[in-house]
Parts: sequence; structure tokens; C-alpha cells
Amino acid sequence: MHKYASPKFFYTLAGQLTPWLAALTAVLLLAGLYFGLFVAPPDYQQGESYRIMFIHVPAAWMSMFVYMLMAGAGAVALVWNIKLAEMFAACCAPIGASFTFLALVTGSLWGKPMWGAWWAWDARLTSELILFFLYIGYMALQASIDDPRRAARASAILALVGVVNIPVIHFSVQWWNTLHQPASVTRMGAPTIAPIMLVPLLLMALAFTVYFFTVVLMRMRNEILERERHTGWVAEILESEP
Amino acid sequence: MNWSHFFAMGGYAVYVWSSYGLAVLILILNLYLPLARRKTVQRRLREFLRLKEQTR
Amino acid sequence: MPNLIKTVAFLFRRDLTVALRRSTDILTPLVFFVIVVSLFPLGLGAEPTVLRTVAPGVIWVAALLATMLSLNRLFANDYADGTLEQMALAPYPLTLLVFTKVAAHWALTGLPLVLISPLLAVQMNLPDSAIGTLVLSLLLGTPVLSLLGAVGAALTLGLRGGGVLVSLLVLPLYTPVLIFGAGAVSGVVTGLDIEAQFSLLGAFLALAVTFAPWAAAAALRVSLD
Repeated sequence: MHKYASPKFFYTLAGQLTPWLAALTAVLLLAGLYFGLFVAPPDYQQGESYRIMFIHVPAAWMSMFVYMLMAGAGAVALVWNIKLAEMFAACCAPIGASFTFLALVTGSLWGKPMWGAWWAWDARLTSELILFFLYIGYMALQASIDDPRRAARASAILALVGVVNIPVIHFSVQWWNTLHQPASVTRMGAPTIAPIMLVPLLLMALAFTVYFFTVVLMRMRNEILERERHTGWVAEILESEP
Repeated sequence: MNWSHFFAMGGYAVYVWSSYGLAVLILILNLYLPLARRKTVQRRLREFLRLKEQTR
Repeated sequence: MPNLIKTVAFLFRRDLTVALRRSTDILTPLVFFVIVVSLFPLGLGAEPTVLRTVAPGVIWVAALLATMLSLNRLFANDYADGTLEQMALAPYPLTLLVFTKVAAHWALTGLPLVLISPLLAVQMNLPDSAIGTLVLSLLLGTPVLSLLGAVGAALTLGLRGGGVLVSLLVLPLYTPVLIFGAGAVSGVVTGLDIEAQFSLLGAFLALAVTFAPWAAAAALRVSLD
């Protein structure tokens, strides 16, 4: 356990893994795009516009998944005081926020041809918007605290409070939506999914996931260098690399 | 493969291609940012180590 | 734990006394509440049916904002003079002490909002039958706002830009209370059954009372270290 919690070991491991993960991401992305844009047929009701789903849905899944990881890493950092967990949580946030932003904008782009409006306060998009605010708050808190340890522990508490609130928020927004949504706006959902449409959806979801791990490892390596700058091994690395 | 058909996306070209375009942009951005940061971090840390050596 | 009950009672009374001495701290959120609500007719036009429709949401959002404004006085003074650190070191459960402080804070911040809300209801043309629901929804909701706000205040203790930062952290968490609080009032105006809304507000209150002081105490320890 101790070996894996060592920043030096992790730094080297991450450096070795990153190229492979990046290659895997590229393969999955190309496969997903091929199936999504060329193989899957147009939808009976939504025509070609449903293809936005292959970006929007995986992005939304990632936005939730990353937040869970972030909160989980925060919990580990709080309970066991593991520096790597602290760094992981911090590195997750901007990536998760990007996915949330992507989900929001593609949701809006998907909604416009369907509802005729750029934003229609659909229940899922509204929950996604609040999730975006939660990410922003997390990053703002991290940025305001200079001491890295206090920053990590405070953000961990915030993320855990957020994670507990997310189901409550989802439920509340659902309820609110059924009450206020005009009948003309149908729930934005996937078209009746033909199995062939599941393939690109899952491929893109997998691609985004592997991409996330690639990028988070890259961020963590930078974080490790900075936080471990007083150690000998970091000095060696900086001397040896160009 | 009718390319003009493909790019037209049944009339929804703007929406579909903006979505895919934004996705590509975000993927590239999140890849680029840590790479750029790595250079800055290395530069600053080398400076930091140099100063540490001098004041020893 | 020597005399826990006496200590808690003392802390409660002390917080009330200290706050009452600086009465501007108490009056400002209240006046803000009234002013914000009054701005809406000016911005929207005084058409009675429009005001009636937006009233629940407007009053509730104003209550949220007024609570936000008052949050920094929850811990700031005690933090500045070192009392907070003493509390953390004292042989009493910090969770309980935090709860007491939040209770005192709500008594002087949230409760006045609840009490003045009938006036604002009249201003916004809410029917008399809805006033009771408004008061009750705020009575259940404002403590939750104070409790959740305490966690935010504890996390941002002593940070520059603390006031706005707390809003960023806590406002998203307020959305369920807002939805059901305002929903209860608009429900009663349109004649719907509002049992669900109040059940949920009650549930939020129970959950907040149970978990928020604990989370806030943990956050205080992180900020004080």
C-alpha cells in the first residue's frame, strides 16, 4: 500500500501509462465517431440531430462520474491523509467541469431544433447546470486557499457535502420540472434506441473515460513535481530532463 | 458516400457540427493545458532549485 | 464534560447579546430582504396578477440572498478574537457548540425574515390564504439555510473574498429548499395539495439539523489548523 501511495512511484507509473492511455483513447474515439456518424442510421423522429446524443450523453455521464471520483478521493484524503488522493481530487475538478460544460452546451444545441428554444429548463439540463455551479464553487474554494493541505481538506468536505446533495437536487428539480414544464416540451431523451445506436454511445463513453484518466494523470504529474519540489528525486528529474 | 449529404446532416448541420466541434475543442484543450503547465512548472522549479543551491 | 447544558445555554445567550449590541448586523439583512422584494414591482410593473404569480419565488430568493449576506457574522467575530479556537479546544463537542451558534444566528437573522414576510406578501399581492403557508414554509426553510450556510462559512473562514465565495458554494445547495419552499406557496395559491412540499421541507430540516453542524465543525477544524 505504501509503495502506491508514494508520489515518486506514482509519478513514474503515470509517465509510463500516459502514452498508452492516450493511444487507447484515440482508437476508441475514432471507433466511436465512425459508428456514430457513419454506421448508425438516422432516427425516425429526430433525423440526424440525434447524433448529438453521442457527445451529450457520455459528457453528462462523465460529469457525474468525475464528481463521484473527486468526492471519493476527498474522503480518502480526509480519513487517511494521503497526499496523492488530495492531488487527484484537485486535478479532477477542471476536467469534470469541462465535461459538464460540454454536456450543457450540447444539450442546448440538441434542444434547439427540438423545442425551438436555446434553453428550456429541462429537468436534466437544469440539474447539470447546478452541477456546473458545484464544480465552479469547488474550484473557487481551492483557488482561494493558499495552504495546499487546508485547500485539499476544505474542498474534500465541500465535495462530500455536494455529493450528498446531488440526489436531493436531482429529485427536487425533477419534481419542479413536472409542475412547471409546458406540455409542448417533451422530455429530451434518446430516441427509441436501436441496438446499433448503443454501440457508438458506449464507445464514446469509454473513450471519454480513458481520456479522463490520461489527462488526470498528466495533471497529477505536474502537481506532484510542484508539491514534492523539496525532495531529491524531483531535483534529479529536473536535471536529467531537457 | 455522398459527402454533401453527410455534412448537411439532414438540415441540422449547425447543431451537430457545433456539438462535435466543441467536443474536439474541449478534448484538445484539456490535453494541451497540462502539457503547457508542465513546461512552466519545470521552468519555475529549476529556478527555485538554482536559488536554493546559491543560498546554501 | 462539566456542565454541558449550562455551557450551551451560556453560549446561546452570549451570542444573542453580542449580536444585539451590533444591531446593524441584524438589521441589514432584514432591510435588504425588504428592499429586494420591493425592487421587483419596480422592475416588473405593478400588474397585480403578475406580482401574485412571481411572489413566492421572489420572496424566497430574497430570503436566500438575505441569509447569504448574514453568514459571515456567524464565525467571523469569534475567529478574529480567538474565541473560536478556544471552542475547538474546549472539552465540549464542537458539533453541539456550532449548533448553538447557528441557532442563535437564526433567531436573529432567519426568524425576523419569517416575521416580516406577511408584510411582503401583501406588497406582492399574495392572497391572505397564502400568507400562513408562506410563513410556515419560511419557518421550516430558513433554519436549513442557516445550517447549510454555516458549513460554507466554516469552510471559508478568514479567506479573502469570503462573502462572495460563500454564496458560490452554498447557493447551489439551497436549490431544493427554494424549489419546495416557493413551490408550497405557489401551490396553495393555485389550490393544489401541498402536503408533499411540507413533508420535504420537514425532511430537509431534520437532515440539516442532524448533519450540518457536524460538517461545519469538521470544516472549522480544517480552517483553524
